[in-house]
Amino acid sequence: MAKGQTIKVEIKRQATPDAPSYTEKFEMPYRPGLNITSVLVEIAANPVNTEGKETSAITYDSNCLEEICGSCAMLINGKARMACSALVDRLLDETKSDTITLAPLSKFPVVRDLAVDRSVLFENLKKVQAWVPIDGTYDLGPGPKQAPQIQEERYPLSNCISCTICMEVCPQFNTQTNFVGAATIAQAKLFNMDPSGSVLKEERLRALSGDGGIQECGFAQNCVQACPKQLPLTEAISDMGRDVFIQKVKDFVSR
Amino acid sequence: MAHTPKIIVVGGGLAGLSAVIKIAEAGGNVDLFSIVPVKRSHSVCAQGGINSAKNLKGEGDSVEAHFDDTIYGGDFLANQTPVRNMCAMGPSIIDLLDRMGVPFNRTPEGLLDFRRFGGTLYHRTAFAGATTGQQLLYALDEQVRRFEAEHKVVKYEGWEFLSIVKDEAGVCRGICAMDLRTMELRTFPCDAVIICTGGNGAIFGKSTNSVVCTGSAQSALYQQGAFYANGEFIQVHPTAIPGEDKLRLMSESARGEGGRVWVPKDRNDKRPAKSIPEGDRWYFLEEWYPKYGNLVPRDVATRAIHKVVYEHGMGIDGQPMVYLDVSHIDRHTLERKIEGILEIYEKFVGDDPHEVPMKIFPGVHYTMGGLWVDANQMTNIPGVYAAGEADCSIHGANRLGANSLLSCIYGGFTAGPNALNYAKNVAAQKGDGGAAKELVRQMEYNNVLLHNQGTENPFKLWRELGETMTRHATIIRYNSGLREAEQKIIELQERYRNINLSDKSQWANTSFAFARQLYNMLHLARVIVKGAELRDESRGAHYKPDFPERNDEKFLKTTKAAFDEANQAPQITWEDVDIQWIPPRPRRYDIAS
Repeated sequence: MAKGQTIKVEIKRQATPDAPSYTEKFEMPYRPGLNITSVLVEIAANPVNTEGKETSAITYDSNCLEEICGSCAMLINGKARMACSALVDRLLDETKSDTITLAPLSKFPVVRDLAVDRSVLFENLKKVQAWVPIDGTYDLGPGPKQAPQIQEERYPLSNCISCTICMEVCPQFNTQTNFVGAATIAQAKLFNMDPSGSVLKEERLRALSGDGGIQECGFAQNCVQACPKQLPLTEAISDMGRDVFIQKVKDFVSR
Repeated sequence: MAHTPKIIVVGGGLAGLSAVIKIAEAGGNVDLFSIVPVKRSHSVCAQGGINSAKNLKGEGDSVEAHFDDTIYGGDFLANQTPVRNMCAMGPSIIDLLDRMGVPFNRTPEGLLDFRRFGGTLYHRTAFAGATTGQQLLYALDEQVRRFEAEHKVVKYEGWEFLSIVKDEAGVCRGICAMDLRTMELRTFPCDAVIICTGGNGAIFGKSTNSVVCTGSAQSALYQQGAFYANGEFIQVHPTAIPGEDKLRLMSESARGEGGRVWVPKDRNDKRPAKSIPEGDRWYFLEEWYPKYGNLVPRDVATRAIHKVVYEHGMGIDGQPMVYLDVSHIDRHTLERKIEGILEIYEKFVGDDPHEVPMKIFPGVHYTMGGLWVDANQMTNIPGVYAAGEADCSIHGANRLGANSLLSCIYGGFTAGPNALNYAKNVAAQKGDGGAAKELVRQMEYNNVLLHNQGTENPFKLWRELGETMTRHATIIRYNSGLREAEQKIIELQERYRNINLSDKSQWANTSFAFARQLYNMLHLARVIVKGAELRDESRGAHYKPDFPERNDEKFLKTTKAAFDEANQAPQITWEDVDIQWIPPRPRRYDIAS
């Protein structure tokens, strides 16, 4: 696309959680190097739609703009991804069209426009006790030695930015199953692998064995393909699935 | 029944979470306020690592050496006692983070690995790939989630701090905050407040900072009587990726792992970077600073790049950019140690830095100045503490790389227990402590903003502010330019009165929240340019070609800005710096010392 041309943006909007949704269209001059978050700032600075009508700025979540805070997940051309790293040049190439569509994630309650409520993930992290239960923050000397191989396996899991895209794209993440989703399972594995965090291993496995637990996974593998940080999610789910099964057997035998 | 002290922590980055953990652990009652879910705070953007003199490389590193590097790196402007305390706490902080499960890189023996960073000759920086801030923030976030599950902490995520509640004696008795969904205003009583709201990069428009880093809370406190100190000290990081919407940080760890900065010796060299032979490249940092090479402190590297581009006219293809090259380092090392930042470059620029040198330029990065605090992290308002990037302590005139994460945790660990101690001993408040009055003041402000029938768009005013601040108050400063910037900000403040919000609704109204932040940004911008104008010397990040030398006789002083209500302008006074441990000496990275 060349300078002087315009790009069109169609945004699914909704004023409040209970209000009906509608689509509003915008047009703006093309510039190289735009991303979706800068398109939204551009609209805020000039909130006029294609009909020439003054409108309000779009509400959306964003913070770091470099795909590390996990805020700006939304549906861009129908696909769940981060708005900051969604570059307009690539989107236009992808669809060979000058129109880009934006919509909120579909599996979470809409707050307003493109902002949704994803607090369910943080609640799920409480259920699996995704932390190391340290004795206290006073000086107790260094932690246990850890082989670099363990660190290299844990580190990728610790890169999860809580964007919830893995949950959005999962066919099993819905109100019928109450499935916790891949992100939470991966965090449970991360802490089960930590030498001190593993003290809560059994409790985490039990938390993942009940309603909405790991057995709800249907192996669609959408999560691992959609994750913007390339977490080894399916590997984590299968490892944890095995551990949950073993734990169930142990619990059954020792009853 | 004994009164359980109530502390409010504002901001859920590293400093805020550190304070919360200490208070909850000691049995205090703590509420945590944050604009964003705390796991999305700006601390996640820190990349390279965290300093502490663990001396695990047999180099003879020590707390004293860390202390000296930090004071010298900060050009002697920092009060020395808190810096000394921080360096002493460093090793135990690393141990604690290790115990919390932070996936720090390891040596083959399984010990923590350390790398080199700017402004030191020791391997002193512990790191988790190149996403250390993210990993540290998550570790503290997990501990706070644990306290939350045990009902020891209440989080108010999606609430924005607007002001403190002060009683007639000027003592802090609570805060006033706004729910960013319902737009409801409410006051919250407490015995002490800790402000951990980070830096103010948004004042410069484009920076490496996150969207929430507006300095709004610090400015609100300054307007309520808190001193704002060393506002003119703004770090411009030498290596950022220029972008349409922000400047994305390219961590110093790229150079810590062997990355080299260069430009072609011939400014008309049109060959692809990779094919330019070694002999035709100008490694100007290595030439000018043989001892520290590419790892000179940030202010020094930034000025060198600026000089190469604007005085020598040697920017790549005539553009304001130079090469940062890691393509000579083996792929396995890059993957293990700095993959996170190379991915950012690849995602946003499209080139693969394993193969081709990155194109970078300096960008506004860190706020050395901040709310004035004493050695206990308390501001001059009784009951109000500050920690992390929001306070003025530790970094003086220039921050060393990988000292920010340490200073955030140190600040939180110091402010938390001190605030709790203060809260236990503060006299009970009379009546409502001034809460109703403060609520009315904020409601009136909101009403004016929502019903204004002007023509100015807040986002456009903000862009103009960013342009003028970047032009006049970053790498090179002239008094004429600073005065021009001041006039421009005053003009923007006038135009702000004529603001018109595109959105007047009372639900998740982001323009409205932004307009409030902008008001505070304008006031803080005036503090920055006024401090810079009055400081006729060059020290650390503050550089004036008309006054190229450091002048200890006149300016070895902390700049303190107080808000003059009548004139709506900053009033500057000066305070002596604590130099009881290390006598000031000339700061020269170009010669061996």
